[in-house]
Amino acid sequence: MKARDTGRETRRRLTGTVLLSLFVLSTGIAIIALTVLIMDTASDGAPWLSWHLLTNFSSRDPKQAGLRSALFGSIWIAALTGAICFPLGVGSAIYLHEYAPRNRLTSFINLNIFNLSGVPSILYGLLGLGLFVDLLALGRSIIAGALTMALLVLPMMIVASREALVTVPEGRRFGAYALGASQWQVVRRVVLPEALPGILTGTVLAMSRAIGEAAPMIAISALLYVTFDPTSPLDRFTVLPIQIFNWISRPQAAFAGLAAAGIIVLLILLLAMNAVAILLRARYQKRVRE
Amino acid sequence: MSELAIETKALSVWFGRNHAVRNVTLEIQANQITGIIGPSGCGKSTLLRCFNRMNDLIPNARVEGIVLLNGENIYQLDVDPTEVRRRVGMVFQKPNPFPKSVYENVAFGPRLNGIASESELDSIVRESLEAAALWDEVKDRLGESATGLSGGQQQRLCIARALAVDPEVILMDEPCSALDPQATAKIEQLMTELAKEYTVVVVTHNMQEAARVSNSTAFMYLGELVEYGPTAQIFENPKNELTENYITGRFG
Repeated sequence: MKARDTGRETRRRLTGTVLLSLFVLSTGIAIIALTVLIMDTASDGAPWLSWHLLTNFSSRDPKQAGLRSALFGSIWIAALTGAICFPLGVGSAIYLHEYAPRNRLTSFINLNIFNLSGVPSILYGLLGLGLFVDLLALGRSIIAGALTMALLVLPMMIVASREALVTVPEGRRFGAYALGASQWQVVRRVVLPEALPGILTGTVLAMSRAIGEAAPMIAISALLYVTFDPTSPLDRFTVLPIQIFNWISRPQAAFAGLAAAGIIVLLILLLAMNAVAILLRARYQKRVRE
Repeated sequence: MSELAIETKALSVWFGRNHAVRNVTLEIQANQITGIIGPSGCGKSTLLRCFNRMNDLIPNARVEGIVLLNGENIYQLDVDPTEVRRRVGMVFQKPNPFPKSVYENVAFGPRLNGIASESELDSIVRESLEAAALWDEVKDRLGESATGLSGGQQQRLCIARALAVDPEVILMDEPCSALDPQATAKIEQLMTELAKEYTVVVVTHNMQEAARVSNSTAFMYLGELVEYGPTAQIFENPKNELTENYITGRFG
């Protein structure tokens, strides 16, 4: 009897160890893939990193080529996309989570927003082309690109904001209601301040996605050769992923190096944005704690 | 006989098809502590939430009957529930301070009422914290987050927060159930103090607590008010067999 128990115990421990190794392995694969990718890109692109990569416009001569216009374009797109999708996303999330009746229609809408975030981005590009570029006659401008990107990241933004609202404990809402707060006062003074860090993180992540996406921008034909700084939302533009895509598809080996350098710039930009999100959140939480 | 703070007439509450409070008629004396006891799910918390129209916030809740707050029917059609809630303070089972500073927690209600003057808020905050027996413990850390306080302190902060709007009645929904015995003793002592100025209605799961603090006790079972009277009579000489079975611990 005792011997059987020990056998079972050993088997149980063995199963635990095997499973644990499998989990570590799966995590390891992701990390190794990422490390290899970054190292490969860094070694290809490092020789091409230079100041004029940022300050020069694109050129047929790889020694002269830079991604100035693409960098400006991406920053414009990210900023405008954030400015457009933040109020829309937070507004929808507040309506859906705080105001909407809990019925089938609301669950249906929620489910569909979730599904929308899985729609291939090229479809948003085609929608943007038809709606903003042609119908609203905005042309192939920054604002048309930003509106398209805002539509693309809106579902993500709504889901992230909703998640942030869900984390606010129900008891806090009741506490405020019991003091005679109206629904808007509860949302404004209790729910939003507590959900804001999560919402901000969601916004920055949405902006990062807008910077990284190439397909919708190709659909609305962001230009490849832009040799001026866009100064208004109605100017034409190009963005980093398109510039990288363009360089990488050229036959000369030098452009592959340039593309790698472009990826490094894009990665640094994305990491910087995420750092900003973390800083914002940390600073906000500190202020609350004080 | 003292005056009535709350009076209910034929009060019923439904959640969907569930008849949670059945035809309750009850008179609550001003400046007293009234305890409501009964087993889980008997409708005691639901009854309490009728007194400040908190049930309005629950989808499919339906309330029928009359609740008079100092003579005024708070379920009349033209009454704004937020106005009612400003006249009635409420303390919940689980301490629920806002993740703001101690000061801002207490100032929350007055600010809702449009009080913006710093000096006025300062004195309201101080008086409320003193009345909730918390001032001495937090006077040096009014600017710190309320979530750093102990559970008992948080619950007293919630009481201070409720007092800051100068309510006519204070409702407490099992205020000590999440607290240790020492913190419980402090809250119970505080309730006795508060009854000098306010009307206190407390729902409790704990019969000893009702016996210790309340002047009158109501016993509810399956949504109905079974027996209501002076606490001593309910506990020592219950008229109803159900009440007797419950207080002697035969069920519940």
